Amino acid sequence: MRYDRRLTAPLLISLILIGAHWSYGALRGYEAIALAVLSATATEFVLRRLLTGQQYQLASAYISGISIAILVRSPVLWPYALGGVLSIMSKYVLRVKGRHLWNPSNFGICALLFLAPFAVAPLSVQWGNDLWPMLVIWVVGLNAIWLVKRAHITGAYVASFFLFAFVRSLITGSAFVTEVAPITGPMYQLFALFMITDPKTTVSSRWGAVAVVCLVAFVEMLLRLAEVIYAPFYALFLVGPVALLVEMWWASRVKAGQPDTRAAPLLTPR
Amino acid sequence: MTNSAVGSHNALYRNRRDGTFEDVAASLGVADVNHRATGVSMGAVWGDYDNDGYEDLFLYKWGRPELFHNDRGRGFTRVTERAHLPAWINANTAVWFDYDGDGWLDLFVGGYYPAELDLWNLAHTRIMPESFEYARNGGRNYLFRNGGDGTFEEVGEAVGLTTTRWTLAAATADVDRDGDPDLFVANDFGINELYLNEGGRRFREVGRAANVARTPKSGMNASFGDVLNRGEWALYVTNISEPGVLIHGNDLWVPAHDSGEVPSYRNLAGAMGVELAGFAFGAQFGDLNNDGWLDLFVTNGFVSGETRDSYWYDYSMVAGGHRNIIADARNWPAMRGRSLSGYQEDRVWLNDGAGRFRDVTVGAVNPHDGRAVAFADLWNRGVLDVVVAYQRGPLLVYKNTVTPKHGWIAFALEGTRSNRSAIGAEIRLYWAGMEQVQQVEGGNGFAAQNQRRAHFGLGQAAQVDSVVIRWPSGAVQTIASPAINTLHALVEPE
Repeated sequence: MRYDRRLTAPLLISLILIGAHWSYGALRGYEAIALAVLSATATEFVLRRLLTGQQYQLASAYISGISIAILVRSPVLWPYALGGVLSIMSKYVLRVKGRHLWNPSNFGICALLFLAPFAVAPLSVQWGNDLWPMLVIWVVGLNAIWLVKRAHITGAYVASFFLFAFVRSLITGSAFVTEVAPITGPMYQLFALFMITDPKTTVSSRWGAVAVVCLVAFVEMLLRLAEVIYAPFYALFLVGPVALLVEMWWASRVKAGQPDTRAAPLLTPR
Repeated sequence: MTNSAVGSHNALYRNRRDGTFEDVAASLGVADVNHRATGVSMGAVWGDYDNDGYEDLFLYKWGRPELFHNDRGRGFTRVTERAHLPAWINANTAVWFDYDGDGWLDLFVGGYYPAELDLWNLAHTRIMPESFEYARNGGRNYLFRNGGDGTFEEVGEAVGLTTTRWTLAAATADVDRDGDPDLFVANDFGINELYLNEGGRRFREVGRAANVARTPKSGMNASFGDVLNRGEWALYVTNISEPGVLIHGNDLWVPAHDSGEVPSYRNLAGAMGVELAGFAFGAQFGDLNNDGWLDLFVTNGFVSGETRDSYWYDYSMVAGGHRNIIADARNWPAMRGRSLSGYQEDRVWLNDGAGRFRDVTVGAVNPHDGRAVAFADLWNRGVLDVVVAYQRGPLLVYKNTVTPKHGWIAFALEGTRSNRSAIGAEIRLYWAGMEQVQQVEGGNGFAAQNQRRAHFGLGQAAQVDSVVIRWPSGAVQTIASPAINTLHALVEPE
């Protein structure tokens, strides 16, 4: 019996979740976790069977559900269910050439922020603003993405963030440490370690992925200068799909040896 | 009414009985108390600490607290040092209550900033909370035990009040129904605390076990009220709710009656429709329409700046960071006239008696930032009027108009064996098949204190079956069929 490496990320996220809730009571509660995970996995089960006829992949849905449970803060329960459903639906409904464009959790969170800002706020200030949770998340997370050869993506993003934080501090007049503050919090750590490294929604080439996260950090800087509070989520929401479309377009050009003029089969999940 | 600007004066409004008020604070010696050297006022609570029949005044400040003795209504004498009160507390709340049942009012004072900080002479800039949900670097809390001779002994740590969270509000009620007053403490930047009074000897913190302290929020207010007419205390705690940014939601903790060693609570704020008010501060329960059910008034808004540009972006940028960053005020961008959840309207929620509160707020968005709310029958009409204090704004009095078809009954209590203010007395009213409990408050809400009288609306009921008063001494007094539409002045039986 061999260990499936795809389970590493969900297992680590689960450990982080348990640790955060055990030490800080950081989450909305077990019922919120259950709702997010169940809604995501149930949606995955139904849509994958209905639209592709293939065996469902609960590990992926579990990650989406648990990410919603961690990153969404709401005093009511329904956003957790809605977030789980929207995350998975985005995988099957918003597709081009058989590939989904958005990281499901990123889509789910942005959709909730658009649709229900009166009831939802993403994680921002939890987990004690303390040193050791930050270290645990970084060590465990970096180890996990190192094993799946995605650490360069996180590294590029973090370096870009610091660079653009410096630029922002020059423009806004705020202290550099003020502009850097967000990346010392858990929301950014989860974002940098697990969301932007999602293989399914990142371009495939090594340097392409680096360029894309640098672009994410740049767009995030622009959004931050416009005082958009959840700039990283929105930056990934905007840049990620465009990068994938460009990659697909480029691949089809290379493959055909000429520009691909066929209409893209939009909204046709496989 | 207190002010917090350096050089400003506090006000004491004497009711002229003709619908107007006269500020007598200066002539009575309680106005000029806000100075750079001694700090500025955050609030005040009345209590007859020496049982002489005249309400004395405790003033809590970000600075030197002051106790003023009421000289038989002719003026006030400052007795702070004689009472052995500390030289400086950065306090945001205080409550009079007789925690040890000896007939003398004791005093709880909640610290916000650590007492070592003089905000007008800072030695460093690490004055901010170390976390916005788990901060423990706030001020300590105090419990001053009344010696009965005009002096107080600080016993907070000795009786179990040892935390240093950022306390903003406190209220007392006998939540475990064992005859002594328990204490609820609402903390900013962290979890709240519920202290069960163990016979006046110690306080045991049971917030987590009672389910009221599992999720850290931004506690600003603590008000007890019997919202379901079940003869038991529910508790309303206000928090921050800013759409898309920070949605803590207010809490309405209702007794859950789970079997367990301590009382347990369930948050019904969402189910009853009182969860989302805004950047909420003071709140009070009271029967505003005399229909027999307690209603709720909540005042909102943090900073209405010169512009409506929001500071929330800067807040969220820093607040999510590491403690070393957020605890240092130098790392917080200047507000530059911007708003932070400003221009919010107050909320008036009427209890429909069927498990929901109906929002009947009318009027334009309020340009002022609400802080304290208090209820009092200012015109002796048998209705509760509302007084709201606003930061950098006016003191507003809302004169209430209620249908005459709804009756009422009120009780003004005077203790004999108990403390003379009768603070802590429980009044249970039985009428029309219902039961409602109220109590004489020694301070509650946010930096507020309601009138001493217990005011009950009766709806269209023509009579009251009985009223049962449990005095702080433990004495129980029952009055059958008290007259309605009447203020009953009751003295504790000797």
